Amino acid sequence: MAYSDKVVDHFNNPRNMGSFKKDEEGVGTGMVGAPECGDVMKLQIKVQNDMIVDAKFKTFGCGSAIASSSLATEWLKGKTIEEAQKIKNTDIVQELNLPPVKIHCSVLAEDAIKAALADYQKKADGPATDAK
Amino acid sequence: MKLPIFLDNHSTNPMDPRVLETMLPYFVEKFGNAASRNHAFGWAAEEAVENARKQIAKLIKADPKEIVFTSGATESDNLAIKGVLEMYGEKGTHIITSSTEHRAVLDTVKALEGKGKATVTCLAVDKFGMVNPEDVRNAITEKTILISVMLANNEIGTINPVKEIGKIAKEKGILFHCDATQGVGKIPVDVQEMGIDLMSFSAHKLYGPKGVGALYVRKKNPRVRIVAQMDGGGHERGMRSGTLPVPLIVGFGKACELCEQEMVQETARLIAMRDRLEASIMKALEESYLNGHPTNRLPGNLNISFAYVEGESLLMGMKDIALSSGSACTSATLEPSYVLRALGVGTELAHSSIRFGLGRFNTDDEIDYTIKKVIEIVTKLREMSPLYEMAKEGVDLKSVQWAAH
Repeated sequence: MAYSDKVVDHFNNPRNMGSFKKDEEGVGTGMVGAPECGDVMKLQIKVQNDMIVDAKFKTFGCGSAIASSSLATEWLKGKTIEEAQKIKNTDIVQELNLPPVKIHCSVLAEDAIKAALADYQKKADGPATDAK
Repeated sequence: MKLPIFLDNHSTNPMDPRVLETMLPYFVEKFGNAASRNHAFGWAAEEAVENARKQIAKLIKADPKEIVFTSGATESDNLAIKGVLEMYGEKGTHIITSSTEHRAVLDTVKALEGKGKATVTCLAVDKFGMVNPEDVRNAITEKTILISVMLANNEIGTINPVKEIGKIAKEKGILFHCDATQGVGKIPVDVQEMGIDLMSFSAHKLYGPKGVGALYVRKKNPRVRIVAQMDGGGHERGMRSGTLPVPLIVGFGKACELCEQEMVQETARLIAMRDRLEASIMKALEESYLNGHPTNRLPGNLNISFAYVEGESLLMGMKDIALSSGSACTSATLEPSYVLRALGVGTELAHSSIRFGLGRFNTDDEIDYTIKKVIEIVTKLREMSPLYEMAKEGVDLKSVQWAAH
């Protein structure tokens, strides 16, 4: 399979690879996929005043899955929560030139974004609903 | 050392230059049709074909008349299985095979089963990928007409106890077909000693040209008969019509001759390189698992799963080394290797597998380079893997509720 130059670039030079501490303030973590399906993505955002100031990823998966999550972190940085909600998998497909068999990688990246945002929201709303 | 490095010798072999040299006169100068009985052009071609037939037969300890030329091992498998079923279908239609066969066998028997022409027993293999001969014995019914078990597996290199299976087949009077595509030319094959009645193999897996293969069809004890699957001029004693590709056959013959002459030294050299590759990788990278039999496997084969990293990304990180993976992402079906699954390898480790296939033209320098690259990329991708991170934190990955998609 031939990869697009952008996929190769993200694979060779992944952006924002790494982790935040999950319990750090303002951090939302999304983990999607399953090892037996061959891909797991962990996407984290760091939010200050409703703005995503930093993002990190770790991915187990093929080159396209790694590129999709790397690209997602690039796009997330500097966006508001509301803007981040609007990132669609089709945008990722277009940007990375993903072939049909790799569309599921972009879907997974969108799911990871949604999961990270939801986790952040849950933590932000936390004290009211999750009193221990 | 030249890049890229070819370490995918189970998929095909580069042709030996000595093979090409013997083929060349048969394209332009000696172009005759081997079936032309009335002139010198035909005689020259026929002589070349018969010489090649002898070289090929010698490598597998057969009689030259037992060699039927085909387009390759896939055709040979089809011809053997369908040809036997059509010839002996009145006696029964039960076929025994194994779950790690090549798709040329599995898809053929499944297609026959789907059409209601055969019933099929697909035997499980042990954790090394080996068929148990006693399982073969126990699967035999009075309707069984054919046992088809491969000599050596194309992914994990495991060598089956073919001789024992052949013995059982003989005892029960059932024909035994062996897909020996990966084995012929690489390990000693003796159709007499192994009790094989029909055997498929191919030239391009033994440093010969692509586009030609053979089916060995036993002539004595018993005399095996098959129904041709292609109608036409009745070539190859009526078993496979079609003008013989003389240059390819000449190359096939020479390639077999070279394998026979050089097998002992070549095997020793390949095992030494393969074992060094294996030991160096295993030593440097924790949680690397060998797939296949630890010792009883093809000299050039090494199949390893690297936990926490996905196979296709490994291949992508080693672009200048030609390798293969059992990862779903490299297959058209998006399913990980059925061979590794049959061994009981977990899906996640099947996704993480890499097959190294060493051959005649690989060098020590190439192996050094590969060792370095593999360690580099696995380390890099593990740093990138959330699974590796979790494992390091002590999370039991089996206990995690994954959202399968």
